[in-house]
Amino acid sequence: MQFDPFVIPFNIGLYFILIYAVVRSVIWFNDLSRPDKLRLQRGFFGKTFGQSIKEIFLESLIHRKILKSNPRLGYMHMSLAFGWFLLILFGTIEADVFGAHHLNAPYKSIFFKFFNPEHGRAGFEAAYSFLMDLILAFILSGLLLAVIKRFSSKVVGMKKTTKLRVLDKVALTSLWLIFPSRLLAESFTSGAYGTGSFLTGSLGSVLASFLPAQEMAYPFWWLYSLSLGTFFILLPLTRYMHIPTELFLIFARNSGIKTGDQPGAFREIQIYSCSSCGICIDACQLNFSAGITNIQSAYLMKGIRNNENVSDIAFNCLMCGRCDQKCPVGIELTPLRMLSRRAGETVESEQTILKKYFPDRKSVLPARPAADPSYTFLKQYEPAKTDVIYFAGCMTHLTPAIKNSMVAILEASGVRYNFLDEMGGVCCGRPLMLAGQDREARELINHNSQLIWKSGAHTLVTSCPICYKVFKESYYLDVEVLHHSQFIKNMIEDGSLKLNFLRRKVTYHAPCELGRGSGVYDEPKDVLRYVARLQETGFEDKNSLCCGGSLGNIKISSRQKSMIAHDVAAELTKDNPDILATSCPLCKKTLAAATTTKVADISEIVADAIIKPAIKKKLTEPAGKVKMQADFQN
Amino acid sequence: MNKHVVVIGGGVAGMEAAGQLRKTGFEVSLFEKEEKPGGHLNKWYKLFPDRRPSSEVKEYLDNITSGEGIKIITGKTIEKIVQNKNQFHISDKEGSEYTADAVIVATGFDLFKSARKEEYGYGIYDNVITSADLEEMFRKGSITLVNGRTPETIGIVHCVGSRDEKMGNLYCSKLCCVTAVKQAIEIREHLPSAKVFCFYMDMRMGGAYYEELYREAQEEWGVNFIRGKVSEVSESINNRLVIKSEDTLAGKPLKMLVDMLVLMAGMEMSEEGLKLGDSSGLKRGDNRFFSPADHHFGSNKSNLKGIYYAGTCTMPMNITETISHARAAVMDVIEYLKES
Ligand code: SF4
Ligand code: SF4
Ligand code: SF4
Repeated sequence: MQFDPFVIPFNIGLYFILIYAVVRSVIWFNDLSRPDKLRLQRGFFGKTFGQSIKEIFLESLIHRKILKSNPRLGYMHMSLAFGWFLLILFGTIEADVFGAHHLNAPYKSIFFKFFNPEHGRAGFEAAYSFLMDLILAFILSGLLLAVIKRFSSKVVGMKKTTKLRVLDKVALTSLWLIFPSRLLAESFTSGAYGTGSFLTGSLGSVLASFLPAQEMAYPFWWLYSLSLGTFFILLPLTRYMHIPTELFLIFARNSGIKTGDQPGAFREIQIYSCSSCGICIDACQLNFSAGITNIQSAYLMKGIRNNENVSDIAFNCLMCGRCDQKCPVGIELTPLRMLSRRAGETVESEQTILKKYFPDRKSVLPARPAADPSYTFLKQYEPAKTDVIYFAGCMTHLTPAIKNSMVAILEASGVRYNFLDEMGGVCCGRPLMLAGQDREARELINHNSQLIWKSGAHTLVTSCPICYKVFKESYYLDVEVLHHSQFIKNMIEDGSLKLNFLRRKVTYHAPCELGRGSGVYDEPKDVLRYVARLQETGFEDKNSLCCGGSLGNIKISSRQKSMIAHDVAAELTKDNPDILATSCPLCKKTLAAATTTKVADISEIVADAIIKPAIKKKLTEPAGKVKMQADFQN
Repeated sequence: MNKHVVVIGGGVAGMEAAGQLRKTGFEVSLFEKEEKPGGHLNKWYKLFPDRRPSSEVKEYLDNITSGEGIKIITGKTIEKIVQNKNQFHISDKEGSEYTADAVIVATGFDLFKSARKEEYGYGIYDNVITSADLEEMFRKGSITLVNGRTPETIGIVHCVGSRDEKMGNLYCSKLCCVTAVKQAIEIREHLPSAKVFCFYMDMRMGGAYYEELYREAQEEWGVNFIRGKVSEVSESINNRLVIKSEDTLAGKPLKMLVDMLVLMAGMEMSEEGLKLGDSSGLKRGDNRFFSPADHHFGSNKSNLKGIYYAGTCTMPMNITETISHARAAVMDVIEYLKES
């Protein structure tokens, strides 16, 4: 039997990490909610299995998404992950084909050269050695990049904000030592036996020319085994935990598991899947427009992993979702941040080694004590029957031009409509939700729901994307919820709304809540194309920018918000459009303060383009102009 | 040979500076972008606190700037100043060049563009006007709504575009409170039966006889002052304006119907001043006004020797202060030209 004591560290490490991975997976699985458990089971044994395998190959090994957004960084990740994978795969085959037995213990393929020093002299064997050398060279090139990256802050990626902790240092050093020690061990052995291919062979013969290769090889085999073993044992304590975790994440996600609004195992899995690649940092406008460089998602993930108090980080964010779109691991960063916000102040806790291997599972939030309803003072109304309900929302009341335009559009479309605000409607509830006051929000939602239900309307139109999202997601209504861009598009397409073509050049700013938040990208642009000449901006759809006025960030100053707004406005008006269009009252207000170009909501542009009918058509009775029941007070 | 000084901006500051420079014996060219000098004075009806007609001040300024020694060049916008040794080359929008031995920049202020504060509905609702629009009505002698009717209830909103972080203006424009008081009284003079409500954050009455005017407005004219910021304005079915605000003294929200709303637009660095300053390398502060070399004893000095500031291109000032500031700028020019 081929055995040598130096393989022991490797063996211990390997079996440790395998057992650990199983145990941790079982814990995660147990922590999943019942429906999520079912989802995962179905996903694992169902047809999404193939999809997950494909994704693991493309993302965990090849790192396709990182390659796309940052080729150098992508190459670094790919050479290490994919290279190592190839080395193990072909190493196993090598041991199987050329070794003494079939189906060998893992160490025999990892240390194949040691046990088969004579291997690779000629023919097929030499060709195979060439392949193995090639793979090793591939990995080493990536490693070189990684080393350069660590020592020069110029190369993209995360800034070194916190000093590496001792354990991280040891793990990193052992990771770095793995491949150079393999190179040297194989080279010395090859040098001693005159085998090896272009890399190990040549280096081996050079080294053997002035060193006792035979004696030198053995310590390096020990080093190789030790560094592997150390790395495996420390892996759960370091960010390299993302490597095994990501596999679990991919299966879970493809099974349809979502972050949701309660912390649970899926949250933990995502947090451990972050590879600290830093791509989210480059995507963040707080970074490149406002100079805030320590709150991005990478730091949030890291902070949570290290059990730090992350509330400052969690609240200093526009909740724009740009990083979600860019994260190559596909972590649901904004929902995760929302969870951290709900948790409020967290305490920084000192951790024992054991606790690091098995962190506290924070899967339940403390329940808030039951309290009396807060909005009993709201009056009950009996709304008039109508077909379409328009909900302006508080933001639209601050931009009366949008509200007036919507009145003009609703009138011109000839639908029977009414204003929810006039019928006793109240706030949509989203601000309370964002503040974590779900129960109070529910009261408002119920109040509005009743009114809508009593009115018999079949369609609800909102102008504000923030309201749109909450009506869409948190109301259980039997009406079609439309953002006004969608409503206008429908009205144009069914011929109810006749529009002129305005000879204007416009660019479009996609609001975060409507675009990334709700997936409505096309309708506003379609509407604009009907009435004007739409120009591309280079920040389309998922890559659209945040205006900076987000209500989501209460930590930054108005000055920083305005820095962001100015940068965005400058980008979107660089081709000198006549109008910078958007479809959110808040974006409109924010951008209008940052540019001299006219900023308008699409409803205003459409209202401008309405063809006035010669004779007013009387298809249906419009419910009438806006009626304000204002009390006179003084 | 007589030294030649160019004054950029023919408002109160520019005219005063030009007049004083001529007295000292310099050749003066006064550039004004509009068709006639006078600046904002031309649009105003009466001045606070004594409500003397603005035309009297204009008359004084016209007197000191007419005759020999001052060339008034109107309809020209100066865009750039370039220094070449002891000479300044000044170019206008059309590309013509002028030279000078020293320059006084008196580009003044612009009124805050109230349409930027969309929630107040300027440019959207017919009967939302600015303080400047109201002066125009005073000059015409009739305060009417767009439909020709006479307003019965009039609201006045303070701090429009001033002390407003979101609009990027942290500073207080200093003059709008007293302007509001003056205009409130004038409204009551014109329309004895009208009710006037001023919505303010603080009443800043820090000038000679301002506080007295404020007291007069309350005691003699029955003007109502409500401490609270207006949050939004909408229109009711019969074209009246609905104001949402809060009475912070009474501690309750407030909704009110008015016929007309007057916005006290604040003062901002003028657009021409911004352009001129940026192309000529003149330093500006966070508030976008020119920042003088020293706020205590060099408030006329710019960061470039030979170029001096006069008036509201450095900060909000009333007419009295503007005239003093312009005279001080002339002192600096005299000293500079004596040295060179
Ligand atoms: S959150 Fe995503 S993008 Fe950001 S560092 Fe982690 S893996 Fe990279
Ligand atoms: S959500 Fe937006 S603001 Fe927040 S970290 Fe991500 S990119 Fe930055
Ligand atoms: S003077 Fe009065 S109205 Fe003007 S900005 Fe100052 S506090 Fe506001």
